[in-house]
Amino acid sequence: MTRSAGARSAHRRPAVTKLGDPRGLVGWLFVAPALVFYAVFVLRPTVLTFQYSLYEWNGIGASTWVGLANYGKVFTDPDLSDSLVNAFQLIVFFSAIPVVLGLAIAATIRRIAASRLALVARTVLFLPQVIPLVAAGIAWSWLLASTGVINQLLSIIGLGGVTRAWLGDFATALPAVGMIGAWVLLGLCTLLLLAGMSKIDPALYEAARLDGAGPWREFVSITVPSLRQEIAVCVTVTVIAALSSFDIIYIATQGGPGNTTMVPGLQIFYLAFSEREVGMASALAVVLMVLVIACALPIQWFAKDGNR
Amino acid sequence: MARRVRPGRSGAALVIAMGTLTAACAAPGGNSPQPQATSASSMSAAPTCGSAPIKLNGYFEAGFPLPKALTTEFTKQHPNVTWDIREDQFAVITQNAPRVLADNPPDLMRLPQVSELVKDNLLKNLDGYATAFGWDKWPASQLEQLRLGPGGRPRGEGSLYALGLNFSMTGVFYNKKLAAQVGMSTPPTTLAELDHVLDKAKNAGITPIVQFNGGATGGLAFPLQNLMASYGPAGPVNDWIFQKPGATIDTPSNLRATQHLEKWIKAGYFPKDVNALDYATMMSRFIDGQGLFMFNGDWESGNLDKQMPGNVGFSLMPPAQQGGKLAAMSAPLTFGIAANAKNADCAAFFLNWVATDQRARDIGVEVGGSRPMGPAEAYMPAVAADKVTASTLAAGADIAEDNGAMDFIANATGAIYAKSWTPQLQKLVAGQQTPQELLKTVQADYAGQLEGN
Repeated sequence: MTRSAGARSAHRRPAVTKLGDPRGLVGWLFVAPALVFYAVFVLRPTVLTFQYSLYEWNGIGASTWVGLANYGKVFTDPDLSDSLVNAFQLIVFFSAIPVVLGLAIAATIRRIAASRLALVARTVLFLPQVIPLVAAGIAWSWLLASTGVINQLLSIIGLGGVTRAWLGDFATALPAVGMIGAWVLLGLCTLLLLAGMSKIDPALYEAARLDGAGPWREFVSITVPSLRQEIAVCVTVTVIAALSSFDIIYIATQGGPGNTTMVPGLQIFYLAFSEREVGMASALAVVLMVLVIACALPIQWFAKDGNR
Repeated sequence: MARRVRPGRSGAALVIAMGTLTAACAAPGGNSPQPQATSASSMSAAPTCGSAPIKLNGYFEAGFPLPKALTTEFTKQHPNVTWDIREDQFAVITQNAPRVLADNPPDLMRLPQVSELVKDNLLKNLDGYATAFGWDKWPASQLEQLRLGPGGRPRGEGSLYALGLNFSMTGVFYNKKLAAQVGMSTPPTTLAELDHVLDKAKNAGITPIVQFNGGATGGLAFPLQNLMASYGPAGPVNDWIFQKPGATIDTPSNLRATQHLEKWIKAGYFPKDVNALDYATMMSRFIDGQGLFMFNGDWESGNLDKQMPGNVGFSLMPPAQQGGKLAAMSAPLTFGIAANAKNADCAAFFLNWVATDQRARDIGVEVGGSRPMGPAEAYMPAVAADKVTASTLAAGADIAEDNGAMDFIANATGAIYAKSWTPQLQKLVAGQQTPQELLKTVQADYAGQLEGN
């Protein structure tokens, strides 16, 4: 697909003249509203955030130019760097669990596709998607409370010794909010993977069975490779949800106890509105954005690669 | 494939995009209003709301019925004044305050910590009103916490920037039935006696203290500051809160207080899940009879009188030594007027009315549960002696006598509560922090936050 520079510039000329083409103008009119919205509400805030990150500013008074000093603090202040570490730990819960478990559940549902149970399972699993995250956070903080249903169940089955305030314990708070995230995202992944499975040619399974493959071999050799793109979408969405998590944690623990569940999203909020360090908040936001892109792009590339 | 590339159009899109970005060229900020002190000389007489129709713009705290009850009564007495009221949770008000005061200045606003707002010239200087209405003749301690030096620091002296609707105070509520069960007929008078009762409650299988300490609000700051009041004088703690130069929270008496709190934690006097409890859960457990003591403020007096009538008592935190001076967290329910408020004179008239009108003072006690602000000899509503509100009002007089009013240690800076006291106290509960290091860390965070402002 390589082209010479000459060919490229030769192509450029007619494109420019087409700007005067009335049909092109109509096209522009259609695009214009979206473009203006995108520029005003996405591009402008992004650029402003980067600009603010170079200043020390409380959001109201005069600002002081500090260059890249705020970025230095993001990586050297243990409070801020710890929140980045927590976000990466959440990937295990927000991404690994929903995708792996989602694959298993989707494969099971597909096998029992004809039964009514499959429909019920699909509906139940998708429910968290229609519940606002804030409501999910509140409901789970009740379930996980020291007198909540989870501890009651543990007591009933004779595990009274492990009961605790799951969201208030230094050792369990982060896994506990992680489980809320896993619960929310499991349904989405399952449905996406199920949709993907329905597109797989049944002849492939038939051929495999003729060759003597069992259910596990079918799953590993046909199902998973065919779902490469769907898995990539699931991983992308859930990794971004983990790194930029805010609402579940704000509702369930507000970053506590003792910063064990502090994540960059929440830290940015506290820096900007509680500590009134808009510059630092912006710097952390830019770092978070770069991290999200750095994590999401390779996954996208992996998915495209598999497409060829 | 090559046809998809249309550099001319992308170039045009870029121009449009960049056009929206040109605002980003200038340095942010610096457009805050200029200070506008109301000078006493410019007021020939105390301002009023006049007789023409006027709509006051209020921004109040959700869940507290007092301000709305007062505004309703005010409109009844002054029918030309109506209200446009917006309500939010206190945490939301704290986060919104600077931008709301700058962009959409309300006439009357419930305020969080005010130092930074004064520094940014967002609040009206009330000195002129204080002279015109005679607020400067009230007991000085009532307004001390609302006075700020130039640029917002230190607090406790200088110009007046806000006023209180009443004067809240914290101490120890106790469940009378549970107290009787452990043989406590009158509130403890020394810290050692309190320790003894706590121990008896623990042995009797009663949770000695229900307290919240979860999320971003470390409620153990309440008992901690009360212990600070037991062990040392209120002055140095106030100096620290008021950001006086050289003030520190890391003092020997505060260390003893923090060590005492750690002793209570290790003895199991707090619920095991204290780090997961929020304020509402603490209240429901106390009302449900699931604990003997609760460190909280008189803003709950009216509520507790209703929810557990006759079964709740209140006392100030006892001193470490018999007969020692009493002190308590005690602060005005702070309201201010935006620097650029449209109806500042009428708002100031309302604040004066709250402190001086007889019916307003009744409402302040009945609905607010706390002492009204105002002149020392002002009318004081009578409250039935068996109500806990009567105990909290009486305690207020004791604190005034011992000059023991302290602001809340969480109000020292805008971020010290959520970002320093709370995580540190939660770590103390989990055994991950020592009292010595806790105070050192809070002091370091405090110094850092003052430097950053």
